[in-house]
Amino acid sequence: MMEILEYIGLAFVLIGGIFLFLGALGIYRMPDVYNRLQAGTKASTMGAMSVIMGVGLIEPEWFFKSLIIVIFIAIANPLSSHALARGAYRASLTPFMKKKMDAYDKEFHQKKED
Amino acid sequence: MNTSSFSVSKFLYNWLLMFVVWLGFTTSLAPAELITGAVVSLIAVLMAAKYLNCCGLDIFLPNKLFYIAKYIGVFTVALIKSNIDVAKRVLSPSLPINPGIVQIETKLSNEFAKMVLANTITLTPGTLSVDMVGSTYYIHWIDVTTEDPIEAHTAIAKQFEDILLKIFK
Repeated sequence: MMEILEYIGLAFVLIGGIFLFLGALGIYRMPDVYNRLQAGTKASTMGAMSVIMGVGLIEPEWFFKSLIIVIFIAIANPLSSHALARGAYRASLTPFMKKKMDAYDKEFHQKKED
Repeated sequence: MNTSSFSVSKFLYNWLLMFVVWLGFTTSLAPAELITGAVVSLIAVLMAAKYLNCCGLDIFLPNKLFYIAKYIGVFTVALIKSNIDVAKRVLSPSLPINPGIVQIETKLSNEFAKMVLANTITLTPGTLSVDMVGSTYYIHWIDVTTEDPIEAHTAIAKQFEDILLKIFK
């Protein structure tokens, strides 16, 4: 029984590692800060969650601790990426676009004039 | 929603939540641990009561618990899908992206529910919430298929919003 749990845990760690690598590759390949955040946030959230769950399964004593950390990551990661994206826009970093589609532009400039 | 309103139900819910977190960290049922945990979580809730106003004990009603479980299921599927989506985009040599920022309107009124929806949008395929003004979200979309707010709402947020409306009215 313990051995089966250990193998499942190791599989989780492996999957998490692969997605963390893909996130890093995404940060390298994407053209601007917003697309980098897209790749970075999604991949690193699931990668980290998967690795930590895997550790919790390998060491069953840590299962509840890792569950709490996973919930915390699920809340904290998207919040920080939202703050980074908003901060980048306020620092006038223009998003990369093949065709201009920017609904935030108008709202943002209204705010600036106030 | 009045953010500073105090209610017994909210207070008990927060106390219980803190106590469960304590139990998760100690993983021990010794009486001394339980008493310490109850006292520490009570102090924590009293210090943070002003900010903890997401939900009360009514969250434990069976139909709400059902929708919370459903939300977690739908969310997990969306998270895995979004990771496969990212993997596909990153690994294909031509880098197939067509990014843009769209706006959508939400029907939710509860502040906590709005935050949950914004976070969920960030973790679902191809979308990243950039800002929220009132009930309008500004969303960076990696592959824009429509600029119309209503169609974008259906594509991005509808399935999550429907469940959240049932939980938070």
